[in-house]
Amino acid sequence: MNKHMQYLASQAVAGKLTRRDFLGKAAALGFTAVSANLLLSGAAKAAGPQKGGTLRLGLQGGSTTDSLDPALVTNTVGLMVTRLWGETLVELTEDGGIEGKLAESYEASADARTWTFKLRSGVTYSNGQNVTTEDVVKTMERHSGEDTKSGALGIMRGIKDVRADGDTVVFELDSPNADLPYLLADYHLIVQPGGGNDDPAAAIGTGPYIMKSADMGVRFVAEKNPNYWGDLGNAETVEIIVINDDTARVAALQSGQVDVIDRVPPRTAKLVERAPNITVHSTSAAGHYVFIMHTNTAPFDNYDLRMALKYGINREEMVDKILNGYGTVGNDSPINASYPMYTELEQRQFDPDKAMFHMKKSGHDGSVLLRTSDNSFPGAPDASALFQQSCQSAGIKLDVKREPNDGYWSEVWNNQPFCTSYWGGRPTQDQMFTTAYLSTADWNDTRFNNEQFDQMLVAARGELDVAKRTQMYADMSTILRDQGGLICPMFNDFVEATTDKVDGFVEGVPGQVLMNGYAASKLWVKA
Amino acid sequence: MSPIIKLLAQRIALSLLLLLLISVVIFAGTIVLPGDVAQSILGQSATPEALANLRAELGVNDPPVGRYFAWLFGAMQGDLGTALTSGQDITSALAGRFWNTMFLAFWAAVVAVPLAIFLGLLAVRFKDRWPDKLISAVTLASISIPEFLIGYVLMYVVAVKLRWFPSVAMINDGMTLFEKLNAIALPITVLTLVVLAHMMRMTRAAILNVMQSAYIETAELKGLNAFQVIYRHAFPNAIAPIVNVVMLNLAYLVVGVVVIEVVFVYPGMGQYLVDHVSKRDVPVVQACGLIFAAVYIGLNMIADIVAILSNPRLRHPK
Repeated sequence: MNKHMQYLASQAVAGKLTRRDFLGKAAALGFTAVSANLLLSGAAKAAGPQKGGTLRLGLQGGSTTDSLDPALVTNTVGLMVTRLWGETLVELTEDGGIEGKLAESYEASADARTWTFKLRSGVTYSNGQNVTTEDVVKTMERHSGEDTKSGALGIMRGIKDVRADGDTVVFELDSPNADLPYLLADYHLIVQPGGGNDDPAAAIGTGPYIMKSADMGVRFVAEKNPNYWGDLGNAETVEIIVINDDTARVAALQSGQVDVIDRVPPRTAKLVERAPNITVHSTSAAGHYVFIMHTNTAPFDNYDLRMALKYGINREEMVDKILNGYGTVGNDSPINASYPMYTELEQRQFDPDKAMFHMKKSGHDGSVLLRTSDNSFPGAPDASALFQQSCQSAGIKLDVKREPNDGYWSEVWNNQPFCTSYWGGRPTQDQMFTTAYLSTADWNDTRFNNEQFDQMLVAARGELDVAKRTQMYADMSTILRDQGGLICPMFNDFVEATTDKVDGFVEGVPGQVLMNGYAASKLWVKA
Repeated sequence: MSPIIKLLAQRIALSLLLLLLISVVIFAGTIVLPGDVAQSILGQSATPEALANLRAELGVNDPPVGRYFAWLFGAMQGDLGTALTSGQDITSALAGRFWNTMFLAFWAAVVAVPLAIFLGLLAVRFKDRWPDKLISAVTLASISIPEFLIGYVLMYVVAVKLRWFPSVAMINDGMTLFEKLNAIALPITVLTLVVLAHMMRMTRAAILNVMQSAYIETAELKGLNAFQVIYRHAFPNAIAPIVNVVMLNLAYLVVGVVVIEVVFVYPGMGQYLVDHVSKRDVPVVQACGLIFAAVYIGLNMIADIVAILSNPRLRHPK
């Protein structure tokens, strides 16, 4: 029986049997839809990627104001386009490790202060030029210079010096950092000829594709780079269409105008999943929807008031109603299981009695004002209303003020003491903590100032013993969870969808959206 | 000077003056927008250094009056400045999009205007009978539904279920005219439904108004059939108000398509404007505002001129 099913699956993969017919036959033979689908994807993987064809992606998060300059990439479309034509020194693997891209190998000195990256030889840019160590050095300098506008500036700060040495590039750091390769996998740090100083938006790189046309915020077309050194890139042509409207994006997938979309709205994901030729993929990720309190501003400088609010939120309800189940419960720390050195802490539960107790103890009476807008995360006003209700059952009066969408990031976030916000997460604990919870961090949006935490962060960064480091990060998460100004009820999954026409989607890849931005070069179009 | 030329000259001068006033309003209006362009460009990933660098580069701290005249002078020479966010030359960036918007508006007008006038004539011919009532009911319903909803419904039925036309109205230079028309079929339909009712009802009302006149009665007594009366005698005399409402709706087809362009991902001015408004890219917002105002005023001016020319008392001055 199983042999017969496998035969049918291979027929379906080869296109001799439609997916629908296959599922019908499988059901008739007593297979559940889940196991039939598993068979199908197994057979597809066994058949291997197919080359050629056109892969079309409809993506949210692109704007006519974008630029092809990797330093200025801020959104999904920018990430996906950059990944087509350019490459970084190293990259995250599908299981969260690090692998060499333009760097063939790398090693750290014993004190984790000096890192040496050996450049892969014989790699050329799409204009035929050879990649040199000098280009790498200039690229790093362009992103770390004081007058740069690069989104990678924050992570480049700890680097004291970058120099070329034969076929290697040497990084000297201010202080030990065991995570440097994770930082250098940042998607802004695309190696460009001459560091991209001459024409940063020329899209000349070493990637699997060559850009043919780029209409910002509208449409991008790329063709396979015949001289690409690696094995990425299955489709002959990749077309990216920017579709910011949720309904239009889903309709484009359903009508077969595109084969892949990102950000399926959780509200309708279950409905989309029911369409016969569409598969919805969910990847748990480091991004989290949060409520942030300034721990240095009254009344949020009061430990008990913060605890009252933390006990007054119903996290399960948020995941159910705001994410429609496409996410996981948060624990008031920005770290979840998607991080490499994660330790599970005791889950904080909704507890009206404890909330009431802490509220009384805080001595605060009257209401607490929460500001929100849909711009901070999708459904934020609804989440705020849920928070308001759960607080009510604990006797806490929460006022919700809805702010305009535009200007939210400049007027409300990081300005007002209590508001809704969103964090995309970072590849390592060190980076997440350094970005937002170190007392001197630029984006310390909870105004968290804890000496012990700061010291542990610096110590953990230089610690090469993984077990010790893991313990340190667990301790730091505990401090944040109990002392911090972060209320983190939920981590949102990346919800994405593909049609029958394409295969090769891998769920659960850590990092960014759509298989860490590699969906366009790893998926294949079925003949 | 003949009175008709004088009238026309007056009308054109008035339009130009109006445009100048509007340029002041646009400029002043965009200056008082809340928020900060540098912060909006960098979004949540803004560091203080990056903000300061960007602000200095953008020159957003210079005095406004000087900036207004520099801008106006540039605009009169066809130079709309550079976009703050991307550093692109706005005139060249907008040119393609302007023609895309005009392309969409043109084909929507090609469908909507004759259809509206035909339906208007039909409604008059069958006044108060079922065709008249049906036309009124359908067009009124379509104008009462928000256009994005019509768009979504059409998208679901026509693109997703029936697969007659694409849901994304993506056009580019490599396409043939037929491919382009196929791509924009849905937005054209929505725009047609949105403007149809207004034009149809004005046509109907204008002709019915003329039908009260004595010479129509004469025509009827001559024994002409109803269609001939409407077509040869009533319609020509109703042209001025009809042209007026047609022009008003043409203007809407150009300046009011913002929502439709965003929903159907059409690369026109509307989408460009929306993106730049949310980033506080003031020069682009000003440029789009100015162009939209010019189109609006221009089409209204044409309507007035046609009205003047179609009025025999002005065409043949004593």
